[in-house]
Amino acid sequence: MSHADVVMGGHTPEVMEDRPFAFPTKKLAMWLFIISDAATFAACLVAYGFLRNGSPNWPTPFKFSPTIINAMIMTFVLITSSLTMLLGVRAAKLGDKAGAFRWTMITAVLGLLFAILHIREWIGMIHEGVRLFSNPWGSGLFGASFFSITGLHLLHVTSGVVALLAVGLRYKRGRYNADDLEVMGLYWHFVDLVWMFVVPFVYLLNVAH
Amino acid sequence: MAKESGAANYADSITKYIIVYVCILAIAGLQFVIAYSHLDGSQMFLRMFSLALLEAGLGVIFFMHLGSENRRFVIFVAVFTLFVLGAMQYSWTDSFRMLVGAPYSSTAAQPK
Repeated sequence: MSHADVVMGGHTPEVMEDRPFAFPTKKLAMWLFIISDAATFAACLVAYGFLRNGSPNWPTPFKFSPTIINAMIMTFVLITSSLTMLLGVRAAKLGDKAGAFRWTMITAVLGLLFAILHIREWIGMIHEGVRLFSNPWGSGLFGASFFSITGLHLLHVTSGVVALLAVGLRYKRGRYNADDLEVMGLYWHFVDLVWMFVVPFVYLLNVAH
Repeated sequence: MAKESGAANYADSITKYIIVYVCILAIAGLQFVIAYSHLDGSQMFLRMFSLALLEAGLGVIFFMHLGSENRRFVIFVAVFTLFVLGAMQYSWTDSFRMLVGAPYSSTAAQPK
């Protein structure tokens, strides 16, 4: 009987249950997180839709300049960061360590730029008088839904930037491998994906005509 | 194409990724155009939602490589996610009641 058999109480590895879907554990964990996080964002967006639909005085305050132009730039930056993340993972999978690190850092910079643009927009709205439960235009719940949905997304972007820096640096030092970078990439693409729903529902349906 | 082996393929050419990227950007741009078209609210919502689903689909299949993962896993993700998201939609009738219906619509006279 081998040492491994002793440790596992006489069970050989052959009788142990396979990994679900024969999937790498970290990647499976990230996918499960993404599914649960998608449910979280969906719940926020459905609640927002419920309120917006049910409030006759829901404000539509977003002017083309600066809000919609800002949203355009933010969308461009975030979608581009998804591409750079993809190129980073691809480089890592193909063994180009320097390229993978470079693309990952570019992704982090783009994420940071997105966060800065977002915070600048928040500050602009606060100056216009938008608060969590009041605003100059209509239903007081507008601010609560706007700040909670975009704030939750901003939290994800900020956390993602920190994670990108940490994973990128550890990958460069050899502590993480291409699979870890791929798992990080899944998260970043998910953040981008959520924004694709936030922009039309929270910004574009509230455009001032 | 989904595989049984379950390993995402990242060896695709960069051109493919660029094409998907441009498509997603174009769809996002279309949403901004729709926002300034003269459509009623429900039509605008439907078009934007359809385009957002298309964008998300492209992102999931090509950027997140779900299309090249283990087929059983793809089915698991799709069924589980769609069920959870679908189950959240039960409240819409109440939302319309708040707007136009009785009792206690926000636009109607409140009972004393």
